[in-house]
Amino acid sequence: MIIRRIGGRPTWGWRSPVGELETMRTYMDRLSEALTGPLLREPPAGVFPLMNVTEDRENYYVRAELPGIKADELNISITGNSLSVAGERTIPAENEKARYHRREREAGKFSRVVSLPSQVDTSKVEARYVDGVLTVVLSKAEEAKPKQIAVKTS
Amino acid sequence: MTEKERKELQAREKAEVSAAAELTRPGPTFTPALDIFETDEEITVLADMPGVKAKDLAIDLRENTLTLSGDVESPEGANEEEVLREYRTGNYYRQFILSEGIDQSKIEAALKDGVLRLRIPKFETAVPRTIPVKTG
Repeated sequence: MIIRRIGGRPTWGWRSPVGELETMRTYMDRLSEALTGPLLREPPAGVFPLMNVTEDRENYYVRAELPGIKADELNISITGNSLSVAGERTIPAENEKARYHRREREAGKFSRVVSLPSQVDTSKVEARYVDGVLTVVLSKAEEAKPKQIAVKTS
Repeated sequence: MTEKERKELQAREKAEVSAAAELTRPGPTFTPALDIFETDEEITVLADMPGVKAKDLAIDLRENTLTLSGDVESPEGANEEEVLREYRTGNYYRQFILSEGIDQSKIEAALKDGVLRLRIPKFETAVPRTIPVKTG
């Protein structure tokens, strides 16, 4: 790509104005992040449920808000470092004579896969469903855990 | 299989309470999704409030205004660091006005798996009755 500067010679475009804008945007994002706290990551369109992932030294914690689901209707599996959560939310039919004023709660099937940043021990995965919140605790594989390295002095 | 059964759920961003000035608690406050339906005998309210424990849920009926508020403690431990955040956790708040003729003493509330179910019976006198017309 050749950029023609006013009054100047053409230069190769590795310092293109578009690139400058990109750099500026990255700095702006960092600034707003520093001011308002972490930004919400926009999930890919059409996914359900939304997930939060956190980690400590030993484990990853994957959480999702799934109100009103029976625990046995949740299908959770792990392959390598991909955690899959699938299920269905059903809203039982009410009295036929019921007249609805509001109907905001939704029912339907869902399926989602989330990849963890490092390997996990697939034999040590625990899932809990309490108060409509699913928490999956995945133990990090030994080689993925941070290790303290002692510095020797001679 | 009906159309409804085949439907796939899509995530929606939680709706944040807009009148933030009225609330003094820290952190975001969301409006829970509601189903409200009525039969001749009672009004039923279903509210999605994931993460709320029964002890942190307050239901208040004053005159005809029903207020639901639920406090949510952060589920994350102190040593946990964020990897991916797609939703925020916070308290729930929603207020709505009920029609006349509610028997306040008989309201029942049950919270299960993050869904609140409120049963609000109407007064006997408010229940419509059909009066048979005799002929003869």
